[in-house]
Amino acid sequence: MADKDETDTVHHHDNQDNPIGHSTHDADVMSETRLGDYWRANLRLLGWLLSVWFIFSFGLGIVFADTLDSFTILGFPMGFWFAQQGGIYVFVILIFVYVVRMRNIDKAFGVSDEDSGTGDAL
Amino acid sequence: MSVQALTYVFVGLTFSLYIVIAIWARARSTTDFYVAGGGVNPVINGMATAADWMSAASFISMAGIIAFMGRDGSVYLLGWTGGYVLLALLLAPYLRKFGQFTVPDFVGERYYSKAARVVAVICLIFISFTYIAGQMRGVGIVFSRFLEVDISVGVLIGMGIVFIYAVLGGMKGITYTQAAQYCVLIFAYMVPAIFISILVSGSPIPQLGFGGTMADGSERAVLETLDGVLMELGFGAYTAGNKSTIDVFAITAALMIGTAGLPHVIVRFFTVPKVSDARRSAGWALVFIAILYTTAPAVAVFARLNFVESINEQTYAETPAWFRNWEDIGLTAWRDKNEDGRLQYRAGAAFAGTPAFTGTRSDTGERLLSNGVTSNANEVYVDRDIIVLANPEIAGLPNWVIALVAAGGLAAALSTAAGLLLVISAAVSHDLLKKTFSPNLSEKQELLYARIAIAVSLGLAGLFGIYPPAFVAQVVAFAFGLAAASLFPAILMGVFSKRMNKEGAIAGMLTGLALTFSYIVYFKFVSPNLNTAEYWLLGISPEGIGFIGALLNFAVAALVASYTAAPPDSVQALVDDIRLPISAGVAHHH
Repeated sequence: MADKDETDTVHHHDNQDNPIGHSTHDADVMSETRLGDYWRANLRLLGWLLSVWFIFSFGLGIVFADTLDSFTILGFPMGFWFAQQGGIYVFVILIFVYVVRMRNIDKAFGVSDEDSGTGDAL
Repeated sequence: MSVQALTYVFVGLTFSLYIVIAIWARARSTTDFYVAGGGVNPVINGMATAADWMSAASFISMAGIIAFMGRDGSVYLLGWTGGYVLLALLLAPYLRKFGQFTVPDFVGERYYSKAARVVAVICLIFISFTYIAGQMRGVGIVFSRFLEVDISVGVLIGMGIVFIYAVLGGMKGITYTQAAQYCVLIFAYMVPAIFISILVSGSPIPQLGFGGTMADGSERAVLETLDGVLMELGFGAYTAGNKSTIDVFAITAALMIGTAGLPHVIVRFFTVPKVSDARRSAGWALVFIAILYTTAPAVAVFARLNFVESINEQTYAETPAWFRNWEDIGLTAWRDKNEDGRLQYRAGAAFAGTPAFTGTRSDTGERLLSNGVTSNANEVYVDRDIIVLANPEIAGLPNWVIALVAAGGLAAALSTAAGLLLVISAAVSHDLLKKTFSPNLSEKQELLYARIAIAVSLGLAGLFGIYPPAFVAQVVAFAFGLAAASLFPAILMGVFSKRMNKEGAIAGMLTGLALTFSYIVYFKFVSPNLNTAEYWLLGISPEGIGFIGALLNFAVAALVASYTAAPPDSVQALVDDIRLPISAGVAHHH
């Protein structure tokens, strides 16, 4: 597994010198580099969102819940509120943040499926 | 009008609506049948996903379970919603891009292996049947209590309705009926919740009401009042938990991962037109689910308060009618242990097991029991499942609200049952017949087999409903544990690791399954008397073992894959392709 990843990275460094020429080269074919960049942007976003997901559910609602209970929020002990209310609200928000941010990433890399007219423009 | 007459009206109206929709949305091709033609609006799909997901367990049982578990009930609230974040971010868009019919389809193609596909089919069938048994029990309870028909007649009526729209309409019929069922069930859930919230806390928003103060003029916080009442009766405080932190952590994780791995939920994202729609649809699904899931803990608090206040220290003759009605079908019972003629509701089980009625009544009127008594002071038996259904009666709400809740409970049970039947039939007709054993099947034949498979599984599900196996409650942990330990890791690695090969995936699935399966069987069936924290692995209960199973799956798969050959180029190209929302070819340098 490790071997393959290393060769991948080497490729990317090679191509970094001329990033633009590659992607305009052929409209419906994406270079491996561009795909790699797109995928890393996606993974970076997932990393952020899943950290927030973890902190608000497992962190505040479970692991640190007892400590948080000495504070109140909307009349609730705070740990209890995160476990039975707040965590769920955070989940909903996270998915919509993901939808919007992914839409932007898709557009930036010209792989958006939202308007078929502009989708393969870049 | 009487509750019964109103219930007939509400149930009759909603059932007619489902049938009209089914006829309108008939399936004409396998694409219609398996994935609703792939043309469902993402918001409608979100609604259908919510109804698909929110089963009799969510609608009927969950608030009751939380009412009696208190803080520990959080595992269900976080576990059954947090899984949607995993689903939306890690699975749904890629599976939509993959664009086939079933979950085993993905596993089979990605791991270029019929064996992997068959392992996935077996997991899927096991998970889905476990789930269906619970739905049919829910249908039976609603019918026998509110329409006063035999449970078996109730189950048969329910089966008839599902048969019409699932067999006729396939996924297309199911999707649009599920959207309608969502509207029915959420209305039926919210109306009594709002009424009760106003009654207890004075706030029309249940989510805020249970953090507010009592409306009885005492100015005490609702939660504080409940903690006080329960502690006086020998229970632990409602806002304090009994489970260890590590167990709560593991159960929540197992439920989250399991939710994201449930085939009948995943397959809903195959029905939207585009990848971006699959992402949005998951968001909408969680919005619709969150409305019920943030209300449930409020209902739980109000119901527990009402319940204690309306029965504790009453004589049998003074108990509200609902207590006696539910006693008639065996879901509540009273044993006057201290012979003072009053119901004492305290901590602990009133007697061993479920009520065994002798068939006669005492002078005061309660049904006599033959169960051996326990030494504690509690005299009241109550099945947790009645809390949501009895709540409108407990709170003294008008008859139409009670009838509405009955229709909502049926909508929840039927929508989930239909979704489950569909994935089972698709697994049999598509994955086993078409893709594994007889590839020459024409589309028409495949469709016929799919319909036959639905009818047969419906028959089996009905049998579960009429003769509920005693182990239903114990095996629910199975459905989530197995989904978490088998399907979720296999799909996730299929998308996020190009290097994951069939040897790794199969070894991972089988190890995850073996650990989870044997752990649950050991503690639930072989040695239930050892099912306590001191004997558990790392203090994790059978409900949470799916989390460890999933971790083990990942570890074993990575290890095995690193010693075996990389997947063929065509499969690596497939992974490249599903990572992109549009089908841009990828130029390889070699």
